[in-house]
Amino acid sequence: MKKSFYRGGSVIAGALLAMGIATGASAATDLMVYTAVEAEDLKKYAARFNEDHPDININWVRDSTGIVTAKLLAEKANPRADIVWGLAATSLLLMKGEGMLEPYAPAGLDALDPKFRDKSSPPAWTGMDAWVAAICVNTVEADKNSLPMPSSWQDLTKPVYKGHIAMPNPNSSGTGFLDVSSWLQLFGEEGGWAFMDKLHQNIGHYTHSGSKPCKQAARGEVAIGVSFAFRGAKSKASGAPLEVIIPSEGIGWDMEATAIIKGTKNLDAAKTLADWSVSEKANKMYNEGYAVIGIQSLAKPVEHFPDNIPESMIDNDFEWAASNRKRILAEWQKRYDSKSEPKS
Amino acid sequence: MAATEVQVSDKASPLKAKSSSDDKLMRLFILVIGAYLVVALAMPLYVMLSKSVLNSDGGFVGLLNYFAYFKTPSLVYSIKNSLFVGLVTTVITVSIAFVLAYGFTRSRMPGKPIFKTIAMIPILVPSLLPGIALIYLFGRQGIINWALFGHEIYGPIGIIISEVFFTLPHALIIIITALSIADARLYEAATALRASSTRIFFTVTLPGVRYGLISAGFVVFTLAVTDFGAPKVIGGDFNVLATDIYKQVIGQQNFEMGAVVSVVLLIPAALAFFVDRLVQKKQVALLSSRAVALEPKPSRRFDNGMLAYALVVSFFILGILGMCQFAALFKFFPYNLSLGLSNYQFDLMDGGGWDSYFNSIEMASYTAVFGTIIVFYGAYLVEKGKGLGVIRGAFQFLAMLPMAVPGLVLGLAYIFFFNMPTNPLNVLYHTMAILVISTITHFYTVSHLTATTALKQMDAQFESVAASLKQPFYRTFVRVTVPVCTPAILDISIYLFVNAMTTVSAVVFLYSPHTTLASVAVLNMDDAGDIAPAAAMGMMIFYTAAGVKILHYFLSRGIEAKTQAWRRSSDN
Amino acid sequence: MTDAFLRIENLAKNFGNFTALRNISLSVLEGEFVCFLGPSGCGKTTLLRAIAGLDIQTQGRIEQAGIDISILPPAERDFGIVFQSYALFPNLTVEKNVAYGLESRRAARSEVIGRVKELLALVDLADQGKKYPSQLSGGQQQRVALARALATSPGLLLLDEPLSALDAKVRTHLRQEIKHLQRRLAVTTIMVTHDQEEALTMADRIVVMNHGSIEQIGSPEDIYAAPASEFVAQFIGTMNFINVVVESANQGKHPGGFVKFSPDNLRQGESARLAIRPEDVEILNKKDEQNTDQVLGKVVSTEYLGAFLRVTIAPEGWESTLLADISTDIAVRFVIEAGGDVGFRLPPEKILAYQENK
Repeated sequence: MKKSFYRGGSVIAGALLAMGIATGASAATDLMVYTAVEAEDLKKYAARFNEDHPDININWVRDSTGIVTAKLLAEKANPRADIVWGLAATSLLLMKGEGMLEPYAPAGLDALDPKFRDKSSPPAWTGMDAWVAAICVNTVEADKNSLPMPSSWQDLTKPVYKGHIAMPNPNSSGTGFLDVSSWLQLFGEEGGWAFMDKLHQNIGHYTHSGSKPCKQAARGEVAIGVSFAFRGAKSKASGAPLEVIIPSEGIGWDMEATAIIKGTKNLDAAKTLADWSVSEKANKMYNEGYAVIGIQSLAKPVEHFPDNIPESMIDNDFEWAASNRKRILAEWQKRYDSKSEPKS
Repeated sequence: MAATEVQVSDKASPLKAKSSSDDKLMRLFILVIGAYLVVALAMPLYVMLSKSVLNSDGGFVGLLNYFAYFKTPSLVYSIKNSLFVGLVTTVITVSIAFVLAYGFTRSRMPGKPIFKTIAMIPILVPSLLPGIALIYLFGRQGIINWALFGHEIYGPIGIIISEVFFTLPHALIIIITALSIADARLYEAATALRASSTRIFFTVTLPGVRYGLISAGFVVFTLAVTDFGAPKVIGGDFNVLATDIYKQVIGQQNFEMGAVVSVVLLIPAALAFFVDRLVQKKQVALLSSRAVALEPKPSRRFDNGMLAYALVVSFFILGILGMCQFAALFKFFPYNLSLGLSNYQFDLMDGGGWDSYFNSIEMASYTAVFGTIIVFYGAYLVEKGKGLGVIRGAFQFLAMLPMAVPGLVLGLAYIFFFNMPTNPLNVLYHTMAILVISTITHFYTVSHLTATTALKQMDAQFESVAASLKQPFYRTFVRVTVPVCTPAILDISIYLFVNAMTTVSAVVFLYSPHTTLASVAVLNMDDAGDIAPAAAMGMMIFYTAAGVKILHYFLSRGIEAKTQAWRRSSDN
Repeated sequence: MTDAFLRIENLAKNFGNFTALRNISLSVLEGEFVCFLGPSGCGKTTLLRAIAGLDIQTQGRIEQAGIDISILPPAERDFGIVFQSYALFPNLTVEKNVAYGLESRRAARSEVIGRVKELLALVDLADQGKKYPSQLSGGQQQRVALARALATSPGLLLLDEPLSALDAKVRTHLRQEIKHLQRRLAVTTIMVTHDQEEALTMADRIVVMNHGSIEQIGSPEDIYAAPASEFVAQFIGTMNFINVVVESANQGKHPGGFVKFSPDNLRQGESARLAIRPEDVEILNKKDEQNTDQVLGKVVSTEYLGAFLRVTIAPEGWESTLLADISTDIAVRFVIEAGGDVGFRLPPEKILAYQENK
């Protein structure tokens, strides 16, 4: 009688533990892959990869760029990720500085555009595609509120747009950060903040994620969303009354890139994925959503994407952006992260 | 005969009872269950509190983080905003709930069971859901956004409406209880003294429910201040403490600052909790002296008025819910209002897809099963156990503590504690088990109180009788205690299940790619701008919780019928 | 003293700073029925629970059947217990309640069934076995509890206020039944009660307790006729008290005059309390002035109590009134009525004398 009760207790404890452990174990190699790739593409990415490597099982951890970055940094002491596939190069540069990345030259590295790889050798990261800033304008709402179609960043500071613009918070969104860092490069440090001060007057609200402003513009919840081209094209494809604008001053951009996390227990599988991520097949897959990819010679035009993207991309200084990231974000937060304060 | 015996000295060490194997076993169980709360609550909280005085490299910095916090104006504004939202919500919710409860207890309006059921609906949905409905109703494209007269739903207005929706059932339950313990004789006496009905209201009714109102006020205030769902969805740029923690931790992974905000948030929650405990005791004192139940007299005008009022409140609740269901079905609001199921393709969205939904059901089931076992057994050992008095006292304290700890704070504490490389329990990190443990712990107090109340109603001598009959305690536990407490056990499991389905706050820090949850998916889809799928998932949670509630109702009825023969005994 | 079945020596129990029991020593003979009697809070239940092992004493020794059980857990002692609340398991039938202590003792099923039948017959509930406790009356439930406690044939039966929750009529009936049963089974029994009538009618010996101490141990007759302390005198039955100062060996003085008494436990000059039961007050023919003991007074009120009349007298010059129980016959003979005069005497041999408590 007594025995069975002891057993009863340990069954409960055991079951609780088993719930935890069972989920971690399985026959094929499990790779913990951190990513900021759009959610709707994750299944496709994993499936294409598994066509060539069915023995490696991808477990995605997806979130906004800022969050994945912060998560990786926070887990520095006890990393959970094996590899990063699809995160902003600025973020990876930051991690490289922290010594968190395992340098590796994937097979097929040479085919990549030199811009699309880390300068060190072997590189700490390799690029996949570029995602570029864009403005999503809801034509129906613009007409209703008689808003002129903006054509430049500076246009957005005009009083007529007051309250009609949403943009991502750079603290959590990679798109938000590339916007802010590109404005600081385009207009200079002082000019950039001055521009943002004026823009801030027109912002209806800041969002947590980079795609949300465009999705809100698609629903007419705001008239104008500062977002990225990929999202605009997708929403337009699903029938939203959207116009995707590439501002005339040029657009900030960042690369989605791949990097192996130092200390991974699945180094071989991680290398296999890193190799595949720069392959032609992978690049063609990226091209289904992105106009600018690592092996640009393979690129075909993407529907609903504005055509002038490659020439509008600014000469982005990733090293500068990465090394000044913390300072820029702190400054931004100090200036704008309190829209709720009584406005004077 | 005794004169020659040695005089008993007070200083001699007191006798210690020899422990039977039964006692030893019980002590072991007390230690095990005590260890659970220490690991699942005390240690994580301790680690979190200590984090707030460390820097990101783990060095001790004293109150530096706090100074930094109070120097950041936007963060300090959040305190003001939180208090504002909390106070306004409290006043509105308690007023609405009081009138409704008054109608339920003091009028003869028809349809009371239906209206009561409707008023309980908000318990079955995540707190994110009303916010989503409000966007559809009052947003820029809102169906009736003219009703706001140009005001912005994003911000305090939206948060407060959502919180009122979310907190209404909690306030209602407390106030109905307070109103129904009224002594009819007091009213008869007052009427005999020819007091006007207004005078009776202010001299008899209100004083009678004052503790109930205070208690409801504090519960609502705590819920509104610590809730994270509503401000996240509809708060816009109106920052509150709860969203600050989320932003600091998830947005910037600034754990130390998150810990500081947690401590700040812990203060009003803990304060409210202790005042509530104090008031509850007085309420109980009123309850024990109750006498004749009040039977409301029919009054056509008053009854109709109350009916109209109940209809309005029900319309508000059903309106929010109905809006969400339509939002989920519109193909592309506001440009294509034809209906379809395209928003149910969760696999194409953030948040983990349909897996999240099934994970949630799995998580809720585990929580209900293991939670009920742990909670009931813990309460049993505290209530009926022998020996280890200090440990049982400490356990009782720990069991009450989760009520004062906001979910976000608990979740953050779990990250700190379970993700420490040196903690052998870190194998639990990113597993289903940690979600289950955190949810059980988060909702421990109410479950524990339900169990304790049921156990207290049992004859205190059962254990003594069993011991005299030389029966081990666990035999009595299985043969008597559990059968007698079955209704309470069912209540606990259903409470845990429903809350596990709807909770966001603690688990939002703890889910992993394998263990995404439906409620968190609502949050993440909304975050990514996919608000219609978020509404769809939210409604899936509602239907599941409601289905389980209905199942519970029939199960309880069945048990009641089956045990009717002996259940009446509790009346004597 | 070796034949004592239960022996308690120098028992003490403290709850923190509160002393619940002090210096308790007593012996119970085999087959004896002992009552612990006292007001609530006197420690009688605490003592019972110590004997049962439910709350271990702070100090002292308990021996049952020659074995030291002082620190044994309840399960290792040999007793059955019945509580005021019956404590029947509500979800088990009467049969299963009675069988509860039998089942795991490796007894054959048929044996258990037989024993349960026997016990239910013993408490006169042979046909109620299939019912649930809630379907029985209070008296019936308490009998089930009794059967359950007796099922394992314990050496000691402990009854904790077993009759207090019942109505007066059921109580009287069950009182006899329990006593009868106890005699028949010759089981050593300790009952806790605050009801003196219960104790006087049921017990072989009564242990009167107050403030955690034993005031007196004795047969019901002893306790009633010769209360060892003022507390016992006051607690058991009705008693008149007169405050006096001892003048000479057998005489006390008080504002209203002198009272003679026979006990010689008091010293001259001491303050004392003299006690006499109402039925011992002797009503006299007030005309008979030869009787030098006679005290005169007024009848304040009379109370008709069936078999006798209780008269409240205000003796001339006394500080307090006095109660006297007299037969209706005497009342008629001496014309005792409210407002009238009355003469009485206090027979010295019936007077008890106690030193005044400080």
